[in-house]
Amino acid sequence: MTTDMTDQRSAPGADPGDRAAQMRSTVRFTVNGEMREIEIDNRTTLLDALREHLRLTGTKKGCDHGQCGACTVIVNGRRVNSCLTLAVMQDGHEIETIEGIGAPDALDPMQAAFVEHDGYQCGYCTPGQICSARAVLDEIAAGIPSHVTGDLSARIEITEDEIRERMSGNICRCGAYANMMTAILQVSRGAP
Amino acid sequence: MDFNEPAGTNPADRGTVLGKSTPRIDGPLKTSGHAPYAYERHDVAEDQLAGYPVFSAIARGRITRIDSAAAEAAPGVVAVIRSTDMDVLGKHGMNVVPHFGGDEIRHYHQAVALVVAESFEAARAASGLVRVAYDAEGHADYDLSTHRDTAMARKAEPDQDVGDFAAAFAEAPVTLDETYTTPCQTHAMMEPHASIAQWDEEGRLTVWSSTQMVNWLVEGLCSAFDLDPDQVRVDSPFIGGGFGSKLFMRADSVLAALGARATGRPVKVALPRPAIANNTTHRARTIQRIRIGADRDGRITAIAHDGLSHTQPGGDGENSTAQTPFFYAGANRLITPRLVDLHLPEAHAMRAPGEASGLMALEIAMDEMAEKLGMDPVEFRILNDTQVDPGQPDRPFSDRNFVTCLRQGADRFGWADRNTTPGGRREGMWLIGHGMAGAYRGALTMNSGALVRLRPDGTAVVETDMTDIGTGSYTIIAQTAAEMLGLGVDQVEVRLGDSRYPVSSGSGGQFGAPSSTAGVYAACVKLREEIARRLGNVDAGSLDFADGRVTASGRSTSLAEIAADGEITAEDKVAFGEFQDDVLMATFAAHFVELAVHAGTGETRVRRMLAVCDAGRILNPLSARSQVIGGMVMGLGAALMEELAIDTGRGFFANHDLAGYEVPVHADIASQEVVFLDTLDPASTPLKAKGVGELGLCGIAAAVANAHYNATGLRIRDYPLTLDKVLEELPAI
Ligand code: FES
Ligand code: FES
Repeated sequence: MTTDMTDQRSAPGADPGDRAAQMRSTVRFTVNGEMREIEIDNRTTLLDALREHLRLTGTKKGCDHGQCGACTVIVNGRRVNSCLTLAVMQDGHEIETIEGIGAPDALDPMQAAFVEHDGYQCGYCTPGQICSARAVLDEIAAGIPSHVTGDLSARIEITEDEIRERMSGNICRCGAYANMMTAILQVSRGAP
Repeated sequence: MDFNEPAGTNPADRGTVLGKSTPRIDGPLKTSGHAPYAYERHDVAEDQLAGYPVFSAIARGRITRIDSAAAEAAPGVVAVIRSTDMDVLGKHGMNVVPHFGGDEIRHYHQAVALVVAESFEAARAASGLVRVAYDAEGHADYDLSTHRDTAMARKAEPDQDVGDFAAAFAEAPVTLDETYTTPCQTHAMMEPHASIAQWDEEGRLTVWSSTQMVNWLVEGLCSAFDLDPDQVRVDSPFIGGGFGSKLFMRADSVLAALGARATGRPVKVALPRPAIANNTTHRARTIQRIRIGADRDGRITAIAHDGLSHTQPGGDGENSTAQTPFFYAGANRLITPRLVDLHLPEAHAMRAPGEASGLMALEIAMDEMAEKLGMDPVEFRILNDTQVDPGQPDRPFSDRNFVTCLRQGADRFGWADRNTTPGGRREGMWLIGHGMAGAYRGALTMNSGALVRLRPDGTAVVETDMTDIGTGSYTIIAQTAAEMLGLGVDQVEVRLGDSRYPVSSGSGGQFGAPSSTAGVYAACVKLREEIARRLGNVDAGSLDFADGRVTASGRSTSLAEIAADGEITAEDKVAFGEFQDDVLMATFAAHFVELAVHAGTGETRVRRMLAVCDAGRILNPLSARSQVIGGMVMGLGAALMEELAIDTGRGFFANHDLAGYEVPVHADIASQEVVFLDTLDPASTPLKAKGVGELGLCGIAAAVANAHYNATGLRIRDYPLTLDKVLEELPAI
């Protein structure tokens, strides 16, 4: 990562606060398997780097404050709210977005299950839900406990309670939760 | 096509595609992140700037000065637009408060300036440098309950005064007189209001937006910027939820257009989440007094519903009495919707406006009344069913199967096995309760147009400015055209949300699905007539469309052959006739809920929900079910958690983001079951369909409240049923 404090647009004699606000950096990270290098304002969130700079608009902005989960992406194998992390903090990281998971004509099993069971309505929370749903199954498989996990030394079972608890950072105002549950359970069983 | 009498048998009745569960045709786009929402249209205009609004910090008063010098000098800033630089801009007829212009502040978080910059970060930072000075009106009282004496009648609905309520109520051997309150609620759709605006050299405006009613936004922009409709284009193919919040013009499109006009470049504006609750509309708080009198057998003889809510001057607030004139029988009726002017943000439609909050109260009252009568609440409702407008008995319901909903629901749910002693069933630390409620929501229809193209390859395209706000419009429109033209759903392309297409009903009031598909039906009938003409003036009614072919008197021709010389287009609109005023059209449901209340903490967990719905032909059972479960989720929120907290001294909603305003999450939703009765309503549309988008929300909150009472024995009449309201009185652990 390189940081340039003398942005050409900074007015001469601007106070230090202004200059700091104008700090820009070059960041390199991998997005959906592809190395990307972007030069950005240091204040840019990972979410806006994806949406505005890389034009990967599948990741959604519902609140910009870590309250809704619409911006969920996978960084180094773990899900994060991309609105709560700055792009400059992602140098060298591997990022996966909904666009990397599947395409309209080549859906991933989780995406296909959402379509089959109508696990969405308006679709705005959906990319975040799908990123979370895939991560939830990985987290359970990796033995990471949740608030509802009973025996911490036993293998964690995939139950509706586990899924509900772990999905609860992703709000769906359309209320498609029950259908998402059907889709996630289907994928967890490895069913087509 | 004029729809002037109830529909007879027609091609839509075949049911080869319509009525079949069909996965959404836009599903692959939505699940892969390729569906373009308003703020994401990088492709439509080059060199977009970002706008970030500045919002009022007072609820009422005047702006005395806006100092934007520091913001203008900030890095990356291209322009600052100040409300005080212009006169008040025109608004749409549905808007109560204008969005921008002038110095008057009418509500908190009203937009007062817009910073336009090269980047979102620069605009947001500079917005904090804009200094606004106000002359604020002093401390006011924004508590609805203290303003009963200034209440006025609603201009939109007259009182219903039938028979002699006072006398009948006084004579009734069993009576109820209780007051219920529902709080302000916010739509909280997941996609914030957003628009990109661009002006061309000829002064024409294009706005890529997120709106439920494309034509209303066109009208609004014409009014704000003094344009003719042919100078405005609105495009809104995907909408990340609306629930009424995006029914008509909002500040995002106005501000984007102002920014674009000032800078000569396209400008995009999204309302920041923390500004949405106060800047846009909300469902108003209500205070509802309900009185019911019945004879000893349980027949209602007298019913009164007084519903109070607030509005900005000139608006309509929330009519919580909407259903009461029609839902239950009773010869003596007094229904009095009332309003108080308050300078809270603009109260307006939120999903099932009126019925959603009205049934929250009425259906608790019915439960209380059944208990007083010693009756099963299901039987009490069945006894008081009506097949005609109780206030005007010569006006029948077009099709009402509420009793079937109640009976089927009770059967499926196992209602008979419940514990009937409030607070009488406990499993460990959990008090278990069962409750039910009825649901009523009017079935509006709106004129709606569409254009159908038959392409030379034998596939079809439908174009209409109808929107899909998650409701499934893309798919039911494809199903309708496929049914009418004998095609597969995958052979129909649907193009929505563009003002260049024929004006449709739009999405609102659960009229979208029945109305827009009726418009597509009309256009398809016209296309069938044109095909009949081309087949040698045969009778269009005798044509049989199947498998991409049309058969006329034994001769079969492929649609591709018919359109071989060039695309054939047909455009029409359905116009609903006055005969619909002679009947009452509505949708009905019965909700059943099982829940558990923690005896120690008062925490409520809903365990299962069942809705049995009566809404005419269900066009796509898969997406219709989603609409209903989604409504039930929202209703669970209304029952247990949703409340915009009013700062009653300063006049704003204090919990104005998704952390402070709680909505249901995955962990709140267990089993949900939906049953649709196999009904048809020929008076509604040619497809005999009614909407379900709001029905699921109606009544469900009261079913939760009634189950909560059954679990705890504590009757709460003040929503939401948060644990602080029961903690003191819960039984000893
Ligand atoms: S946009 Fe990141 S959590 Fe809402
Ligand atoms: S599908 Fe609309 S918010 Fe989830």
